[in-house]
Amino acid sequence: MTATFVGMPAFPEAARRALENAQQRHNLAHATGTIREKRASVVAEVDEWEGLRLAGAAIKDHTLRHLDDQLLALESALQERGATVHWARDADEACRIVADIAHAHDLDEVVKVKSMATQEIGLNEALAAEGIAAWETDLAELIVQLGDDLPSHILVPAIHRNRSEIREIFRTSMGEVGRPAPDALSDDPADLAAAARLHLREKFLRAKMAVSGANFAVAETGTLVVVESEGNGRMCLTLPEVLVSVVGIEKVVPTWQDLEVFMQLLPRSSTGERMNPYTSTWAGVVPDDGPQEVHVVLLDNGRTRALADEVGRQALRCIRCSACLNVCPVYERTGGHAYGSVYPGPIGAILNPLLRGVGVDEQTDSLPYASSLCGACFEACPVRIDIPSVLVELRGQVVDAHRGGLPKPEAVAMRGAAWVLSSGTRTARSERAAAFAGRLLDKMPGGRRQGERRVLGTIPVPGPGTAWSQTRDVPVPAKESFRAWWSRTDGGDEA
Amino acid sequence: MRVGLMITCINDALFPDTGRSVVRLLRRLGVDVEFPPGQTCCGQPMVNTGYFDEAVPMVRNFVDAFADYDYVVTPSGSCTGSARHQHELVARRSGDPGLVRAVEEVAPRVVELSEFLVDVLGVVDVGAYFPHQVTYHPTCHSLRMLGVGDRPTRLLEAVQGLRLVELPGAEQCCGFGGTFAVKNADTSVAMGFDKARHVLDSGAEVLVAGDNSCLLHIGGLLSRQRSGIRVMHLADVLASTEKDAGQTGATGPAKTEEKLP
Repeated sequence: MTATFVGMPAFPEAARRALENAQQRHNLAHATGTIREKRASVVAEVDEWEGLRLAGAAIKDHTLRHLDDQLLALESALQERGATVHWARDADEACRIVADIAHAHDLDEVVKVKSMATQEIGLNEALAAEGIAAWETDLAELIVQLGDDLPSHILVPAIHRNRSEIREIFRTSMGEVGRPAPDALSDDPADLAAAARLHLREKFLRAKMAVSGANFAVAETGTLVVVESEGNGRMCLTLPEVLVSVVGIEKVVPTWQDLEVFMQLLPRSSTGERMNPYTSTWAGVVPDDGPQEVHVVLLDNGRTRALADEVGRQALRCIRCSACLNVCPVYERTGGHAYGSVYPGPIGAILNPLLRGVGVDEQTDSLPYASSLCGACFEACPVRIDIPSVLVELRGQVVDAHRGGLPKPEAVAMRGAAWVLSSGTRTARSERAAAFAGRLLDKMPGGRRQGERRVLGTIPVPGPGTAWSQTRDVPVPAKESFRAWWSRTDGGDEA
Repeated sequence: MRVGLMITCINDALFPDTGRSVVRLLRRLGVDVEFPPGQTCCGQPMVNTGYFDEAVPMVRNFVDAFADYDYVVTPSGSCTGSARHQHELVARRSGDPGLVRAVEEVAPRVVELSEFLVDVLGVVDVGAYFPHQVTYHPTCHSLRMLGVGDRPTRLLEAVQGLRLVELPGAEQCCGFGGTFAVKNADTSVAMGFDKARHVLDSGAEVLVAGDNSCLLHIGGLLSRQRSGIRVMHLADVLASTEKDAGQTGATGPAKTEEKLP
């Protein structure tokens, strides 16, 4: 697999390219529209939905405030039940730990449960570099892996593909890495699932080691929880001898009672189901039942950096449901690849800068601006992450990171505008100049009008004027500002 | 009751007629609205682009201009949201406790036009006449930040002669988003085209909204497409009466046809 997010351009450019993909635009509009409707109908069934959201947010906030204690409690509960706990500061450390476990058993392949944490740390690529093949077993992840593609959605990583594209991927690629797709494979979803089932079964029965993430880690009992739809995760969690789970440190919840809140919030928010088909829980090793060697890698990789951000730390409440992606008008049109990360959409636009820090690279700095701040994400978020507010805060951090040195044209324009607009007198003066221009432009021959108003076509000066006017008419300034009218007519008494 | 009109910078320079409509409408309803001339811009363009320090003098100017009013009425959901929800952030950033207190005083008194009409004045039928087929776009900040709910559509439904038709996908953002419209112009326009398509599908001749900024974007696309659909601020519709219909073009045809040289 060679596909990588490394070297992706900043969001505006990546989005421009993505917007040109007609097939993807169609697939995304259809898929997000369908999930949105399903979610809305099952959320509407729950009378106390807002109460559940508040509870979910409160539990996560409380846990994050006592994260050190909760993690130590989780560690000792896991150890008591026979699991080995590893701590990983970053992606390299986490990948190293997993690879070493595979090497210790002399393995050249592992099966994987769908996991955002392992995507985040680039585990598959790291294992491949060590001669270990990592087989994705989630259907959508399998499609992405076989297509040498990148995930474009947290829950449905192949959301940008339709079924005829998936059939092509299966027909061309399955045979290269295992059992080939049947010759007469149709693009019927049941046929595609059957082909994946046969292909994967071979890998499940052969695998000696599985790698998973976890949706939750219950501190009081050391229990890890994986929530899924297909049952492929259950196969990975029960069949192999060795099980390694890479778990972000924010996944801890104190008790089973806390877990109950999230088990109501998550399925309705993510797949639009009242309950997900498979919920697997395990704690350490059970003799003669399931994996006999259990490892848990507790992963930081920027989470403590995010925790230190007073406004941004609420992003660590995220339970990776992807409701914010499905309601986002930007995501619906650009898809996930434009965000250049395994975490796309509104949550990705805040999580990536929080995990990596701003002011370092242009791509990350462009993400907080990849939003019209419409607020649909905040409304949909089951743990009430105020994404628009965090986006604005991060924009401030991006601007502040570039203060000092030679200012960008945007900074010069903003400072100039702020100087004019912080005084009524200066504003009135600049409006008189604009109105004069408006009168001149109005008198010029030719051109087009909207109602009484002269409108401008494309403005051929590079910059925001062109960006606006290439596709949108703009009216010339009014011949008289409101302020001037009020002052001329002494409060407009004649109106 | 002292009522100050916060015209907003976009309306002041580009859409003064909307301001005049607010004045005419409120006077018709017996409200003697004042225009404090010290006012400028709420600072939202700076805040939402990340220039918090630059917004500090603008917020200071804002609270100075509107300190003495019981209500500050504005024909913009977005600028209301900026004053009510973002000025506090800017004031805290300034480190000036006086500014923080001033914002705490002024911000809650800022109300969007439909809130002022329905909640403060308690009117739904404002005595308007507008004999046209209209559709309404709920702008994101009025819908989600302020929660104006059905106030604007109740006001529109009470307008004599007006036929309100449904806008498909009404609650999805039009793609304006302030500087988003130029920083991410391609995505903004992709969103705007879908909104424009829904407006066309609605069969309306006039698109109404509570923010001229969003209408600048959607209207700019509709105009460029020669769609023949007019965009109007809610205030312009509510100000229209049979008597002064000529002033807002209420009885004339939609005027978006191109005037050839």
